Amino acid sequence: MLLFAQFQLTVPVSVVFAKGALPGAQWRRLPFTDTQEEESLLNPKTSVTARYETTYRSATATEQAALAMATVQEADAELLPLQEDSVGALTVYVIPETSLLLPQGIGVYVGKHRSAVMRRTQGPGDVLAAISDRVRQIVQAMSFTTDSITTALSDRVPMDQLGTDTRRPFKSSLGYEITFSLLNPDPKSHDVHWDIEAAVNSYVQPFLDKLGSVANFSVDSQILYYAVLGVSPRFDKASSSFILSALSLPHVINPVEARLGSSATSLYPVLNFLLYVPERVHSPLYIQDKDGAAVGTNAFHSPRWGGIMVYNIDHPAPDKAPLPLRVDVDMVRVMEVFLAQLRLLFGISQVPLPEEFLLESPGNKGLTDWELDRLLWTRTVENIATVSTTLTSLAQLLDKIGNIVIKDDVASEVYHAVASAQTAMLELASGRLGSAFQASKEAVTSSERAFFDPSLLHLLYFPDDQKFAIYIPLFLPMAVPILLSLVKILREAKQSKKEPMKTD
Amino acid sequence: MAGAVAAVLGLLLLLGSPGASTGPPRDSLREELLLSPLPSGDLAATFQFRARWDSELHREGVSHYRLFPKALGQLISKYLVRELHLSLTQGFWRTRTWGQPYLQAPAGAELWVWFQDSVTDVDKAWKELSNILSGIFCASLNFIDSTNTVTPTASFKPLGLANVTDHHLLRYAVLPREVVCTENLTPWKKLLPCGSKAGLAVLLKAERLFHSSYHSQAVHIRPICRDASCLSVSWELRQTLTVVFDTFSIGQGKRDWSLFKMFSRTITEACPLASESKIYVDISSKTQENELLEVTPLPLSVHEASVQGDRRTYAVYDLLSPSLFNVSRSLNVQLKWKRPQDSLDLSTPVLHAQRYVSGYGLQTGEISTLIYNTHPYRAFPVILLETVPWYLRLYVHTLVITTKGKENKPSYIHYQPAQDRRRPHLLEMLIQLPANSVTKITIQFERALLKWTEYTPDPNHGFYVSPSVLSALVPSVIAMKAEDAEQSPLFTSLFPSSDGSSYFVRLYTEPLLVNLPTPDFSMPYNVICLTCTVVAVCYGSFYNLLTRTFHVEEPSRGGLAKRLANIIRKVRGVPPL
Repeated sequence: MLLFAQFQLTVPVSVVFAKGALPGAQWRRLPFTDTQEEESLLNPKTSVTARYETTYRSATATEQAALAMATVQEADAELLPLQEDSVGALTVYVIPETSLLLPQGIGVYVGKHRSAVMRRTQGPGDVLAAISDRVRQIVQAMSFTTDSITTALSDRVPMDQLGTDTRRPFKSSLGYEITFSLLNPDPKSHDVHWDIEAAVNSYVQPFLDKLGSVANFSVDSQILYYAVLGVSPRFDKASSSFILSALSLPHVINPVEARLGSSATSLYPVLNFLLYVPERVHSPLYIQDKDGAAVGTNAFHSPRWGGIMVYNIDHPAPDKAPLPLRVDVDMVRVMEVFLAQLRLLFGISQVPLPEEFLLESPGNKGLTDWELDRLLWTRTVENIATVSTTLTSLAQLLDKIGNIVIKDDVASEVYHAVASAQTAMLELASGRLGSAFQASKEAVTSSERAFFDPSLLHLLYFPDDQKFAIYIPLFLPMAVPILLSLVKILREAKQSKKEPMKTD
Repeated sequence: MAGAVAAVLGLLLLLGSPGASTGPPRDSLREELLLSPLPSGDLAATFQFRARWDSELHREGVSHYRLFPKALGQLISKYLVRELHLSLTQGFWRTRTWGQPYLQAPAGAELWVWFQDSVTDVDKAWKELSNILSGIFCASLNFIDSTNTVTPTASFKPLGLANVTDHHLLRYAVLPREVVCTENLTPWKKLLPCGSKAGLAVLLKAERLFHSSYHSQAVHIRPICRDASCLSVSWELRQTLTVVFDTFSIGQGKRDWSLFKMFSRTITEACPLASESKIYVDISSKTQENELLEVTPLPLSVHEASVQGDRRTYAVYDLLSPSLFNVSRSLNVQLKWKRPQDSLDLSTPVLHAQRYVSGYGLQTGEISTLIYNTHPYRAFPVILLETVPWYLRLYVHTLVITTKGKENKPSYIHYQPAQDRRRPHLLEMLIQLPANSVTKITIQFERALLKWTEYTPDPNHGFYVSPSVLSALVPSVIAMKAEDAEQSPLFTSLFPSSDGSSYFVRLYTEPLLVNLPTPDFSMPYNVICLTCTVVAVCYGSFYNLLTRTFHVEEPSRGGLAKRLANIIRKVRGVPPL
């Protein structure tokens, strides 16, 4: 299926040794470069080769000064301008065992940007060999692992086994529409207000700005009244609350979706985030997981669709407050959940790491530089795979219809798509992630434009088998005398064969 | 310097942000239902849902919707629409027997849009807009293309706030063939904030609405003044639905009606989101012919208004007033006629029109339009818009306008000839209608031959010609008070009224059905079959001739047939074979 079966991904890594992190004999060998490769086979035709180009060098004076700061966070901020500004390139600083930069019990610190600080581990023998495993671990956490690439390709490449988590992230697309909907099924008793505009500006927009290089985003919101969930919740006497069990969640979305409406003006996939304020007669409403425990956030997400959060309202004594009750939604609580779901749906999930790793929190941007890199690695590979499948199916279509007309502009789009995809592969192999991603994006745009060109609609072409049907009235009467005479000839031949036998 | 700019920006942001969150709700909803008995005895029910949004839709980044539907809001901001009017209609409003409509729509689908002057390619925006609307409303609006789109110069003026009257930004199209049914009503209902769950929309039950003589649903979007000073713009979305019930057939020969009889539902509550929710019942005849009818329950208030040159009295039920639902839990408005009325005097409306096709044969024909002015002493001008598809080739030199036997010269003519397969004929005229007169407009046409792929799936049904549009300022019979238009029910505020002495009317004539010369579509196949048979027969005999070996046959005793023939010959006395 795939045109490009061999992916080669090169990660430029520089390992910087602070003073005292290396014994004297090895210190003198610096700087030097080392390349390691790791190949994995996804299926018989597709393989992914990870190439780690590691440069070992000693710290410069400014870097040394930065690493001597009091806390590791300050050091991280100080080190940022010293790194070359290249998407996908990583820097690992190795500090001596005795350094007080890292807190006790922490071996590795992963910063907000594209760098990590690690403590030299105690061990006999070759120090370089000892740290190289640890460096590999850090680099994989900050760039990609075979698993993440496999997940990205799971849609495009036929594979044997698929985990449940692989289907969670949205497919790579050039843009996304994010829609926040407030569902108020009971406007008679609840007058719900949310300050979505401010919440989007302060929480979602910084995150999306950071992701701006990956795709275009548009955000909108709406309030839907009388929109109810598809299942009626079960009353739980013990807690005097209503329960929505995990089993019934799949049935919740469909009736709501009819009301949501798709985006009228763009073709990008829509991510829906729903805030559901349960009816007065059904509140409080809690979501229960498979084990019967209440879900802390009272929210769930549906892979490749979006997320739903249930927002319960405290009811004062029934006769005291006049209806409808005015409710102002606490947007901080809501946005925390929706941002976490958004990260999940984009496939920016936390990587399982050993305990001695310390991850810096992404801050108000909601996304660190290396997390963006992780996304770019997988998206680039996914885009290239998308281009290849799109072009393959286009080729199959053309094979099926012999007399289809390919216009010049379609042909040039196809050439451009192939060229861009090849550029992306080359750039990946040489470790330039940023330009590789841009090339892969261009390739996707061109291939889609070629594939969806209106002139390539197969219904426009007259099928060959029907042409045959039209000429049946001609062929059939003409065939009858020919067939009859063939039968006659055969019979005569048989007779003439038999007759000499008889005379014998 | 940069720091100062940043500080100013920060200050602006601080000033700007609290205004957005606090303050009065920036959108509002009003719902109204007008029930008016028609002169013919039928009953017209007109729903109107008005959503108003104090927001600049064209400003970048407005994307948070509450009562205004998101789908339409996105459409307006993306395609820079200034005004949008879409109507989907099943049936034809009979002006002669039903009186002047509040808001008439042509049979089928009608769409007219004013774009902002910042739109560079109006045709492209129009094409994309109609395609998206077709998706939203499940209608065949995607069949709108250059062959049925026109740009009228005088007939359609912006109804909202507008200082642009450059008609190049206007596009108008009618699809008379469009059939309106439930699938168009459902998306229309979905645009209402309360859906069909509460308020007046509860009555909108498809199986009753389409069991009627006339059904018309419309969407009007226009910018309006936010307040009296008119410094900023608000957007208004009017969703209207008019339905005419035949009360005779529903009420077994009686003209009494009730909400339950017509809609098989009653009203239990107002839409909680609406700031106004009212039912008006037209009881004008009650006051004129002393106590002919009675409405139950007793209306809370009575409203008098002069609508379309006539003084009208309405019984008003305000669904938001708590006393209404005190007595009973649901509201079922009923109207009873005290005396059986056999002949209601049909007061003919001041302006009405009819149109027909005449002529014989399939080559030429004539379109005739009759416009009636029944006003006893006032003459007034009317703008007539004719859109004729290209396959009817109009002969403009045959255009004849006669009133009372004399030729009537139009004071303005705009004619745009058709181009084959590219654009339709457009004829706009300003005609003066003398008092108490009938004006006849005739024009001859020739029918063109279409290519065989251009015929519609049912070509022998005929081809529709969209209705002609009459727009006029009709002088009113009575003196109308200049009153607060916002207070009057329904549509009085949609059309701008110039002064108290006249009112605006837009009328549509019947769509025409014209037969075009239609070929026999099975002919190609027949020809193929015939030629194939001929070729096959020729081939067969030729093949036989070529392949058979001929040899002389020895005369023999002959078979049974020969013997029989000889016996007969013997009987007849003829020598045997």
